Amino acid sequence: MSKWNILTKGFFKENPSLILVLGTCPTLAVTTSVNNAIGMGAATTFVLLMSNILISLLKNVIPDKVRIPCFIVIIATFVSMVDLLIQGFVPALSASLGVFIPLIVVNCIVLGRAEAFASKNGVWDSILDGLGMGIGFTISLILIATVREVLGAGAFMGHQFIPADYNILIFVLAPGAFIVYGFIMALVRHILNKVEAKRKAKCAVAK
Amino acid sequence: MSQKKEASLLRLVVVLTCIALVAGMALTGVYALTKDRIEAAQKAKKEMALNLVLPDFKGTLKDTTITPDGEDDPVLAHIALNDDGSLFGLAVETFTKKAFDGRFDLMVGFDADGSIINTEVIDASETPGLGDKINKDKSNFAKQFNGQDPATYKLSVKKDGGDVDAITAATISSRAYCDAVQRAYNVYQKVKEGNNE
Repeated sequence: MSKWNILTKGFFKENPSLILVLGTCPTLAVTTSVNNAIGMGAATTFVLLMSNILISLLKNVIPDKVRIPCFIVIIATFVSMVDLLIQGFVPALSASLGVFIPLIVVNCIVLGRAEAFASKNGVWDSILDGLGMGIGFTISLILIATVREVLGAGAFMGHQFIPADYNILIFVLAPGAFIVYGFIMALVRHILNKVEAKRKAKCAVAK
Repeated sequence: MSQKKEASLLRLVVVLTCIALVAGMALTGVYALTKDRIEAAQKAKKEMALNLVLPDFKGTLKDTTITPDGEDDPVLAHIALNDDGSLFGLAVETFTKKAFDGRFDLMVGFDADGSIINTEVIDASETPGLGDKINKDKSNFAKQFNGQDPATYKLSVKKDGGDVDAITAATISSRAYCDAVQRAYNVYQKVKEGNNE
């Protein structure tokens, strides 16, 4: 796999929340507004990147038997750091993301990449993988949050352009999260299938 | 990794301990680095809240702690006295334990007659998009309390027979807000009693 592929596979082809269906809890919970989505995406990307780097560096030191506790300790440390830093430097974001920052610890995207990629690959590849997966996660959060915020709150990034009387409240609530998540998942898969079919057709012609 | 020799028990313990130790030290460092800033941010928020719930107040603040009847937790109240010693009002750092996320903290300002001047959220982690509408920048819910006298204004949501319009889809947070304001009013009455004696 080329370096470019390692980075970009997380964007759509192996998008953690839309294709691999990992980390569904934050995907559904924080996507009520685009600002929350960006904050959550950035925090998760940072944790993913740092834990991937450290775990790929330590992969030969950590014995197989205790690898999961080791990964969890490393991930939890970075999450607590992010939590403290956000509280100290961007208190407004910490107020709006609330409990979801500490919950990155149990986000299976982070542990999933540590187990499936960083513990088997070198540092550079793990950096690209962590970045790609983080960006992919952020993209899907922003996609879902945009639909939910526009339909549910009549706003984009906090700027209201549809009066509150015409908002469809269900899209801000939990059921709306599932509806939007399902439709976006289907849409992305449909597009990816189309692209794949086109690529195959081209290969067949070339033969 | 699977081709490696089976690691000894000692090695398992040493590696895990070392990782936990380094993690602990790194966290201590970040905590020390951010502690002052977090405290400063919280203090600034509290001072801002004080200014908001007691606007135009220039006198001195006297702090007192009051435990409302039938409760265990003391509540911090700032008695605002004018320069001539008369009562300007009272700012109460109240809280509720009935919130969706367990607990949130509010600051409530009363004038000398017991009417609510203003309420302000100090610390809350209600659900983003729903319960967090108790914040004034998210909805007008909290503004309905301003200028009301709890002696005649029933502090519970309309569903429960009160005078407060609840936030749509966040009844628990709305009830909790009323609970916190009611606790603040109980403290106000106790302070007033103490002053008259």
